Amino acid sequence: MQTRKSFSTDRMKQPFDPRRNHAETQQKIGYITRKNATQADYDRICFMSGLEVHQQLKTRKKLFCRCPSGIYQKPDDFDAELIRHMRPTLSELGEYDGTALMEFRTRKNIIYRIKNQSACTYEVDDTPPFPLNMDALGISIDIALLSKMKVVGEVHITRKQYLDGSIPTGFQRTAIIGIEGEIELKNKKVRLIQLSLEEDACREVSDIGHIRVFRTDRLGMPLIETVTYPDFKNPDEVKEGADYIRFLNRSTGKVLTGIGSTRADVNVSCKGGTRVEIKGVSHTSWMPELTHNEAFRQWALLAIKEILNAKVKDKTSWKISWKEVKPKDFKLENLGVPKNSTLKVYIVNLPQFQGILSHFTQPGKMFADEFSDRLKVIACLEKPNMVHSEMFDDIVGEKAWTKVRSLLGSKDGDAQIIFWGPEDDIKTALETIEERGKMAFTGVPNETRKSFEDGTTIFERVLPGADRMYPDTDSAPIPLDDAAIDEAIKRLPEVVSTRIRQLIEWKVPEDTHTYILKNNLVPILEKAQTELQVPARFTATLLAHTLKHIQGHNPALPEFTYEKVYDLLQYIVKQHLDLAIARQILLHLYQHPKMDFDSILTTLNFKPIPESEILGKIPFLVRKYKEIRTSKEESAGHRWVMGNLRKIATGNISLRELSQRIDK
Amino acid sequence: MSEDIFQGYKGHALEVLQKYNARVWAKVRVDSSRGVFEGTILPRAENTDDKHLVLKIFTGYNIGVSIDGISNITELGYKKAVYKIPEKEFPYSKDKPNVKLLGTGGTIASRLDYRTGAVIPAFSPGELYGAVPELADICNLTTEKLFAVFSENMGPEQYKKLAIAIGNEIEKGIDGIIIGHGTDTLHYTSAALTFMVQNSPVPIVLVGSQRSSDRPSSDAALNLMHAATAAAHGDIAEVMVCMFGPTSDEYGFLHGGTRVRKMHSSYRSTFRTIGDTPLATVTRQGVTPIKHDYNRRRKDRNVKIFPYYEEKVTMVYYYTNMKPDVIDALVDAGYKGIIIIGTGLGHVNKPIYPAIERAIAKGVAIYMTVQTLWGYVHMFVYDTGRDLMAKGIIPAENMLPEVAFIKLSWALGQTSDLEEVKRIMLTPINNEITPREPYNGYLIYQGGVPEVEEFIRKFHK
Repeated sequence: MQTRKSFSTDRMKQPFDPRRNHAETQQKIGYITRKNATQADYDRICFMSGLEVHQQLKTRKKLFCRCPSGIYQKPDDFDAELIRHMRPTLSELGEYDGTALMEFRTRKNIIYRIKNQSACTYEVDDTPPFPLNMDALGISIDIALLSKMKVVGEVHITRKQYLDGSIPTGFQRTAIIGIEGEIELKNKKVRLIQLSLEEDACREVSDIGHIRVFRTDRLGMPLIETVTYPDFKNPDEVKEGADYIRFLNRSTGKVLTGIGSTRADVNVSCKGGTRVEIKGVSHTSWMPELTHNEAFRQWALLAIKEILNAKVKDKTSWKISWKEVKPKDFKLENLGVPKNSTLKVYIVNLPQFQGILSHFTQPGKMFADEFSDRLKVIACLEKPNMVHSEMFDDIVGEKAWTKVRSLLGSKDGDAQIIFWGPEDDIKTALETIEERGKMAFTGVPNETRKSFEDGTTIFERVLPGADRMYPDTDSAPIPLDDAAIDEAIKRLPEVVSTRIRQLIEWKVPEDTHTYILKNNLVPILEKAQTELQVPARFTATLLAHTLKHIQGHNPALPEFTYEKVYDLLQYIVKQHLDLAIARQILLHLYQHPKMDFDSILTTLNFKPIPESEILGKIPFLVRKYKEIRTSKEESAGHRWVMGNLRKIATGNISLRELSQRIDK
Repeated sequence: MSEDIFQGYKGHALEVLQKYNARVWAKVRVDSSRGVFEGTILPRAENTDDKHLVLKIFTGYNIGVSIDGISNITELGYKKAVYKIPEKEFPYSKDKPNVKLLGTGGTIASRLDYRTGAVIPAFSPGELYGAVPELADICNLTTEKLFAVFSENMGPEQYKKLAIAIGNEIEKGIDGIIIGHGTDTLHYTSAALTFMVQNSPVPIVLVGSQRSSDRPSSDAALNLMHAATAAAHGDIAEVMVCMFGPTSDEYGFLHGGTRVRKMHSSYRSTFRTIGDTPLATVTRQGVTPIKHDYNRRRKDRNVKIFPYYEEKVTMVYYYTNMKPDVIDALVDAGYKGIIIIGTGLGHVNKPIYPAIERAIAKGVAIYMTVQTLWGYVHMFVYDTGRDLMAKGIIPAENMLPEVAFIKLSWALGQTSDLEEVKRIMLTPINNEITPREPYNGYLIYQGGVPEVEEFIRKFHK
């Protein structure tokens, strides 16, 4: 007994080292970087992920009003502003939604910036909806069919509550077009849950304290959402699936392709975890890192749950205690709080949370960040909003912490937070801290998270459930009879998996596939091959290498379209020119899309010279080289002759053939 | 009657449901030509076709399945949704004023009606407290549902019932009254109550909402809070309409009951005072008077109730080339009073003069108002006007057409002596006729003008 006691006292005397704790916990949960992770690692934690891919449709008008679609405004460019608040309402099944209540607690003043050109009274919810845009409906039926879905017999417009203010009505009008489909990836099929047609939301301008500002330009644009089952078993599959859906959408040629036109919400969970939604990921290349980290964050939260449940016997009685303190006692200027600030400062004790606050969650992050993120979102406390007893760099100082502990009557093994904020927000802040603390005992909270380029995420909102759905009483159901579906089937393009197989068959290099599919260029490859006998391989590299390079170095002009590349190939074939000249013409064509091909050739100083004339120069040049002989190297002569002929040869004769003739 | 287990389904759809014995609220698997669909069968809204079955699928969305393609329905479970606004007892505190909310069927708090697909109001204090808990910070609220009719179905019977109910509440000592009302005819009711309930010692506030309370951005909650503030704490003891000032969630207006009109079919800020300024603005912090010559709150209970109404009164909106038979037909149908809404300063064309003469001869009371809404009837300016007056048409000054209609109905409800009717009509009870039109009583700014655009940019719309 005696020895045991002295042992534990010794341990207590040793100062707690958050850095070491962070490193140890990271190791203990078996975190591994994505680079080093194998399928076995993902199987160990039962990585599971599904996608909700949003795609803007290319229509002239918005979905429920007659405003033009796709006219954007700068953040500070507006004709009028108006202010609204959102209150939770009951769903059709008589429940209040969890997110709804949280958003209500945050008491946000929501300001909308309206530009007359892009928004009318519908966007700001001062007019009921006009009949649904039928072009958008047609496109969404096409994509549902391409996704092998069952198309509904009658479209019901539903209201899906969003209380974050991103839609002025407080709900998004959305309708299911198809359910239960599938897509075919390289090694597996992924099942699709549904495809819905919905109105896009506002774009956020800022969100500071209790004021959130939106612009209404994007609001109401037609958008489809393709939802998959959680069939992805590793992060790379997630990206492959997202790309596939993106390519499928684009294969119709009826969707928008600019920045922000495709955004995905990525759902992730691990064994014992919960579905967490990473919102609005607009780059598929971010997905692997994000999903990897999220799965391990959940794994870490589950480890925390184990630790806490082992430590705390009666978890229902766990609660925080707090006290208000004077700002000057803690030299908060050092923490970014202005000296004469009216902010209130509170110290909080978290029983038994030592070692939890600095527990690893994501690369470079610890559990304490979960509190700070929620304080920002729920209690509207701008960051920095807190410090805690397990920070790597303790700016508060051990002396101050000792005082905090004595004021709170903390016991060994407890952890402490100091936070600050406006008086009105303190109550919510304290509730938020206690709530998140209690959640740690149950594992992974249901939530949506915002993503960052480095692959980490922060808390965004509580994940809404099915309880926020409500039939739209402002619009009637739209029947979709079999004739309409048959008509749609006739106009469908090839499915993407068939397209990928075609590319492989045509021996089109794999490094061009993404560019070709992303820009829906297979039809051009196919047309050039069948009608002009230009090999798909050639067209593919012309587009995905030459053109992509040109695009990267020259400004885009609206007159340039991919169709022009086909016209170019057609011209070359008609003029009996050699295909190689296409690469030279392309640069001029891209820079001057209105110029005709004859003029471009003149600019290039191209002269049509018969093959025989070019070949006829070979003997002379060979002799000439023998006279001057610039190098001892065997192949130098060949290169010299080629170099002299290249300029006149390009376009007139295939360089490969020329090379062969020189060798003879 | 046993419960309808196929709620709302009819015709072919009903036959198919009966054939497979699939009830509303049953969780089912439907085999159809477009594939298998699973979900809960929802009631079908009225006035929809009999060709589709509505399912709520597991993701919470609703879809319709074509009845024609259905080859089988299997019931997998059953769960009926009970839609209920959480009810909490409305707290009472001694130091807060007592306010009565009289319900007529507006959309202050509402729930979904599957039969029509529309929303129907929920109303008890407990339900209201559940939906708008802030009300308890303003007053002690009790409620009474007098009737449940849509705004467009409000009429004499309801006006009289309301007036009597208000009288009773005032005598019992209430500190303020709120009337929940649909917005379409709110200004008819506010006029009727101004005439029927006179000398009220407490505020009588009519309130509605332009966006039903089943949506998060509804104006209902804030309107209700504003109305409660005006009724409980405001000093203006008149019949008023309380609705949004701007479309933003910022402040409400208290409009005088006889000068207010709904001016936009869907905007939140649809109610405007015509030919004058509103009485006051109101926020949750209190009432800020704009006008200062209002009737003040009193301690006494000396309210006067005049529940009179003659139903044979109509309005005629004059249009070019109107024929005399329109007027003749009304007279033949036994109408005792006609409000003409004339062009410009109060005119109609000559061809209907004979019909007017015939009507006057038969003892029909005819009053003239203007289509322009703003401004007075001035029948001395042109010959036509003078002719009409000579024939017995009485100019109703700057009374709004709907207000003149209500007032004439009320006056004829009291007497058939046309001289007495005229006296009542032209003696203002509460600003339905004003002696002068203030310069800021007519402000309709037009967009596109730089200084107007600057103003709009600066203040929340």
